[in-house]
Amino acid sequence: MSDDAVSPEEVRHVADLARVDLDDDEVDRFTEQFADILEYFETLDEVPEVDRETDLTNVMRPDEERPSLESEAALGNAPETEDGYFKGPNVS
Amino acid sequence: MTAQTAQQGDLVTVIGLEVHVQLETDTKIFCGCSTEPSDEPNDNVCPVCLGLPGALPVLNEGAVEAAVKIGKAIDADIPEETRFHRKNYYYPDLPKNFQITQYDEPICQDGTLEIAVEGERRTVAIERAHLEEDPGSLQHVGGGGGIDSAEYTLVDYNRAGTPLMEIVTAPDFRSPSEVRAFLAELEEVLEYLGVFDAERDGSLRIDANLSIIPEAEIDGDDTDEIGMDALEAANRTEVKNISSHKGAEKALAYEETRQKNAIQRGRAVEQETRHWDESRGITVSMRSKEEEKDYRYFEEADLPPLRVSGWKDEIAIPELPAARRERFQAEYGLSEEAASKLTSTKQVADFYEDVAGEFDPDLAATWVADNLLGELNYRDIEITEIEGRLEEIKRLVELVADDEITAKNARETVLRSMLDDGRMPDEVVKEDGLGKTGEDEVEQAVVEAIDENPDAVGDYENGDDGAINFLVGQVMQKTGGSADPGDVNQLLRRELEG
Ligand SMILES: [Zn+2]
Repeated sequence: MSDDAVSPEEVRHVADLARVDLDDDEVDRFTEQFADILEYFETLDEVPEVDRETDLTNVMRPDEERPSLESEAALGNAPETEDGYFKGPNVS
Repeated sequence: MTAQTAQQGDLVTVIGLEVHVQLETDTKIFCGCSTEPSDEPNDNVCPVCLGLPGALPVLNEGAVEAAVKIGKAIDADIPEETRFHRKNYYYPDLPKNFQITQYDEPICQDGTLEIAVEGERRTVAIERAHLEEDPGSLQHVGGGGGIDSAEYTLVDYNRAGTPLMEIVTAPDFRSPSEVRAFLAELEEVLEYLGVFDAERDGSLRIDANLSIIPEAEIDGDDTDEIGMDALEAANRTEVKNISSHKGAEKALAYEETRQKNAIQRGRAVEQETRHWDESRGITVSMRSKEEEKDYRYFEEADLPPLRVSGWKDEIAIPELPAARRERFQAEYGLSEEAASKLTSTKQVADFYEDVAGEFDPDLAATWVADNLLGELNYRDIEITEIEGRLEEIKRLVELVADDEITAKNARETVLRSMLDDGRMPDEVVKEDGLGKTGEDEVEQAVVEAIDENPDAVGDYENGDDGAINFLVGQVMQKTGGSADPGDVNQLLRRELEG
């Protein structure tokens, strides 16, 4: 693993963009993990190049309504809801 | 005088726009959910527009057609191949943590739109226009409702995935009033194309870049050519949250003054994003975490590329407002002002042509542009709201054209009663006795009055000239007061003595 793959500053910046608070220990831990994850991508270099089977273009559907989800199903996975809304923490 | 003071004295405002317009499709851009506004939150949502794992977007053909129409209307290039990209950022209005948009291969490039500002023609360059999806809507709840002080956030994804076209202009505007003229013209064109509804809430959203540069940086008379170095050197602000052409003029006039004041006091203008607060009438500084590179644009592999340049020949667009204005002047001999009024919306222009095809074009212009639009405007009604009654309005014009009713009665009584009480033109004319009485009818009434009043006739024949007045009164009553009393008097005398 190369040391300069990811810097702690980059981790802080990414966390900031994702609106995640990290303490110093976590920054260190994620710096290492980010570098590991990026290293896995190098494995992809070993995959032989293959051509796409067909050159798809213009895949479209007509402008026709399809049934939407029932509200219960739509909100079913949400940890918190209120009056049919997804509920989350304050964001700025 | 030094160069510097000269420069400070002659400052020029430079504005460029990013206009987001909602395309009028039945369904969202990448899924079959309805785009109709719903009273219930999260009512028109599905795995695609909620960004659930494994859901795949499929492009709405209707949105692409609308984009091609816009491309044709602004005379843009539609490249052989165009594609979609992911714009990555984290915010709860974006369920996938990225927005599907078009980055470096937009569907429309290098267009123009001609506008008239204070009687002068200007061509505004449109650098690009691309398709993208709208995010959802957030409500910041508690703590006074401010974004920073709120206690929590409620999220509704009904809007998420609504098709938008982002139209990006060159920095071609020199004043807020030019911006307003452009936006009004753009709205008109989009409505003519049938791809946009200005009445729909949130259908138009504008971000504007404004900077102030020394006039010396503008080359001669050609105000389109600005030294790009000067533009780069001047700090600009991006004003967001503008939602109408009137709002744009106000927001930018405020921002122009704010920047000029800063420069005149020798302070630097910060390069920043500012939020237009419509209710307070000011722009306020807004924090922005992301820089361009933070969006990490990359190709959207779930959507194959589009090859639709050929659609430009296949899809027809109607005659656009500018062309129609010119034709109305040439074909119907209208003034520029009348032609402008009559082409303000496609419905008005269509109705005018319908009326002018059957009656005198000048009479039609007076009726549609002045009388009808005037009365509608006074009542705050759009012509689209009375579409089913336009035949009745036409009938009213016919009554005037055939001289069956006076123009004054038609305008002041019949038209108003039609609009206010929902009455039919012939009904108002008949019931309110507004018809101009024909000669035959007066003569008929004279004969009747003589037959029915032998006493008065006898008095007249015995030399009581005053009796004629009684008979005139009878005729007037029979004709609903619409006959001329002098004529009636003469007719009676002729009849009694003949
Ligand atoms: Zn959906």
